[in-house]
Amino acid sequence: MEREQPLPPEVLRENGQREVFCGLTSIVWLHRRMPDAFFLVVGSRTCAHLIQSAAGVMIFAEPRFGTAILGERDLAGLADANEELDRLVAQLLERRPEIRTLFLVGSCPSEVIKLDLAKAAERLGQQHRGRVTVLNYSGSGIETTFTQGEDGALQALIPLMPTAEQLAAARAQLPDQLLIVGTLADAVEDRLVSLFRRLGIERVASLPPRRSTELPAVGPGTRLLLAQPFLSGTARALVDRGAELIRAPYPFGVEGSRAWMAAAAAAFGVGQERVAEVLDPLVERGRRALAPQREVLAGKRLFLLPDSQLEIPLARFLSRECGMELVEIGTPYLDRQLMAEELALLPVGTRLSEGQHVDNQLARVREARPDLVLCGLGLANPLEAEGMATKWSIELVFSPIHGIDQAGDLAELFARPLRRRAALSFA
Amino acid sequence: MELTLWTYEGPPHVGAMRIAASMEGVHYVLHAPQGDTYADLLFTMIERRDKRPPVTYTTFQARDLGGDTAELVKRTIAEAVERFQPEALLVGESCTAELIQDQPGALAAGMDLGGVPVVSLELPAYSKKENWGAAETLYQLVRGLLKPQLPAPGTPKPDPTRWRAEGRRPRVNLLGPTLLGFRCRDDVREITQLLSCYGIDVAVVAPLGARPADLMRIPTADANLCLYPEVAGTLCSWLERSFGMAAVRTVPIGIGATVAFLRELHTVLGMELPAELQPGADGVCEAERRSRLPWYSRSVDSTYLTGKRVFIFGDASHAIAAARVASRELGFQVVGLGSYSREQAREVRAAAKELGLEALISDDYLAVEAAIAEAAPELVLGTQMERHSAKRLGIPCAVISTPLHVQDVPARFSPQMGFEGANVIFDSWVHPLMMGLEEHLIGMFRHDFEFVEGHRSHLGEAAPAPAPAPTQEAAPGHPTAITPGNGELRWTADGEAELARIPFFVRGKVRRNTEAFARERGLACIDGETLYEAKAHFSR
Repeated sequence: MEREQPLPPEVLRENGQREVFCGLTSIVWLHRRMPDAFFLVVGSRTCAHLIQSAAGVMIFAEPRFGTAILGERDLAGLADANEELDRLVAQLLERRPEIRTLFLVGSCPSEVIKLDLAKAAERLGQQHRGRVTVLNYSGSGIETTFTQGEDGALQALIPLMPTAEQLAAARAQLPDQLLIVGTLADAVEDRLVSLFRRLGIERVASLPPRRSTELPAVGPGTRLLLAQPFLSGTARALVDRGAELIRAPYPFGVEGSRAWMAAAAAAFGVGQERVAEVLDPLVERGRRALAPQREVLAGKRLFLLPDSQLEIPLARFLSRECGMELVEIGTPYLDRQLMAEELALLPVGTRLSEGQHVDNQLARVREARPDLVLCGLGLANPLEAEGMATKWSIELVFSPIHGIDQAGDLAELFARPLRRRAALSFA
Repeated sequence: MELTLWTYEGPPHVGAMRIAASMEGVHYVLHAPQGDTYADLLFTMIERRDKRPPVTYTTFQARDLGGDTAELVKRTIAEAVERFQPEALLVGESCTAELIQDQPGALAAGMDLGGVPVVSLELPAYSKKENWGAAETLYQLVRGLLKPQLPAPGTPKPDPTRWRAEGRRPRVNLLGPTLLGFRCRDDVREITQLLSCYGIDVAVVAPLGARPADLMRIPTADANLCLYPEVAGTLCSWLERSFGMAAVRTVPIGIGATVAFLRELHTVLGMELPAELQPGADGVCEAERRSRLPWYSRSVDSTYLTGKRVFIFGDASHAIAAARVASRELGFQVVGLGSYSREQAREVRAAAKELGLEALISDDYLAVEAAIAEAAPELVLGTQMERHSAKRLGIPCAVISTPLHVQDVPARFSPQMGFEGANVIFDSWVHPLMMGLEEHLIGMFRHDFEFVEGHRSHLGEAAPAPAPAPTQEAAPGHPTAITPGNGELRWTADGEAELARIPFFVRGKVRRNTEAFARERGLACIDGETLYEAKAHFSR
């Protein structure tokens, strides 16, 4: 992934209290993407409480996640943690025989006491061979921030992906395929796949798949297109398996999505004319859909707090296509290589911050009095009460926002709080 | 290790956060890894608060573990005190910090913080839970603040009737209400108003809305009302021991309990019992007319509620109160009673015994679900967690206790306590049940295309998808057994067809009774006649 870097913008690096989720939170959407998987966190009551606080407003007849809570006996070494885990997994699989993939998810407590979940996954996989695949990744707060949990989960799936040669032999097809990586909404995924077909790219696969057992192949001939910017580890691991990374900005907004699809088309040798023929009508329509939102957003000042690593591509979209002014873009983690195309599109002089000192950052927010603040739910209502409009950031990983056709909807997510403020009146 | 799909309580540091966030002028420095700030959402989203909870987290990461995390704690404490200028500081750890043992409380004690009172919290995260954490934090905070006021040993107890000699109205403290408690906001308002009707003032409400200076006024009251024993029980006992303050421990949820609470309070304060709190010749006390529940429950529309089978689970106080209201004031039959509050297990067991039941004391969601399935109730009164089980089992459900979610912190006035609380309880517990007329008509006509089985049209939901019920289509008397029962028992098609005729909300119980009956008689096969035999047998 060597390549010339564009001029690096100056980045403010901060250390202090971070107001972010840990990687365990990724379970909240991954359990819906792969309904045949179960996510078993090995951690404390805090971990269990986190997930149910996030997802517990939905009522589950059959829970798709749970926590193996460590007790004092486990910490004191009085109980063999591995035996305990085996017992719990057997109990769980008895209740839920339809589970095909079991993720053992590491947490802060399990990592601090150095419980080897990778080994445990291997052992349990053997015990339940043929029934369920057991995998492991870390969602701990000390190692991962929010969406990085998905990066971990996908990396755990990679060793199970068949090689392209195996699949090609089975299907008597050429191994060339486009692999879209990162969770997409079902409708968005279908739409993008059909557009790639129109461009002449026939074999398109997704990671994660909709069923945990239907993993796409990977190997030489696989070209990798990242739909989400938070997949550093997954991208590197797929490249290690022989896939080739397509460099592109991320598919947010008309411009980003077009460039993203065009980059894939170029990688497959599709001519520019064909690309223009398929995509330009969509671009035209996408711009029309954006116009009313642009009216609300243009000239408004935006402050983005760190949360998901989606901040930079979103800021690029909101500034270039919606006319917003960027006060500061915060990101929990900046992968300069995977973000290079995005950084090059940002207005010169944009203030970027990596990491967080939440109180200092809030002081900057209060000083700047932006028109809209993108932030987490721990801060949104308090900032609203101070008179600032906010857009809560978590919604962006739960909404269909990718692709040219979704550009209007994506802009609407940001215009809505502003329109609402204007619409409410209690006089 | 313990498998948990849903947890009834959070870790103890969330209990401590509830105390800090409920109060004003208190700040909490919490040694915790990155990510534990999720707990802020409980306050900003579920409680819909308009300010950040007064909590500063150290949010250490893996790379900090190689360095000096103790230094990080000290830096965080110094910054928090400087920035927020609290009147009292709580210092503690979350579960992960407990493992690395930086002793943040001791570190804070060794720092020069300009004389801010510091309470070091020892909350064992791997053995205790949220309510314990809240109770311990409240107790330690008040104990720390009241230390200078402790009366010397041998000092005579203050007389709870001294208000008379001092020529003022009696005054009491309301102890226990917190954020993330069940309807505390409105319970406080209802009880305060109720007390004022009887000429009793409120001295301090704590922790909800109190400042450290308010906690220091606690001993000026004539008695403590322990409204939420889960949170204030420890504190009330200590105040009783150390300051000789009387505590009223009846929780005023339900008509009977509210009247008992008022009588107890009048006795403690040495006040004459007003006529409206004295039972009349017919057993009715006038005060109950302050609520609509007694009349609503006596009115003929409620007759069909008689003997409805109800399963109750929650924290100890709410579960015990609900059992009394359900059995005596609504005429339900309580078929299961339990709680996740191990600290109050004895009280729950006693209440269950009175109803001829064995109490279920468990924090295992699956055990509770199994107990519900076994009891086959027509209504579940439980927590947010029981809504999951009830959905799975297809049973109507109302929430009576924490854990709760955002819909149980409503905008409207909705206490559980006092006379208005009883009104709220009547409406919310009866609502999920099928309305009387609908219940009759579904019992009579089963072939409707819109009002199908299990459908409660007053809830505005679409009709449930028709259940796959091959047995209903099978000709009665068909010799092949369809349902394998549980091992030895088989239901014939004819038996299944009769079972399908039983209204759906009691069908679970009828199935169980019939199977028990068949097993008792050594029958291998259950047909329609067996079902009617069993019905007659159990109706005796």
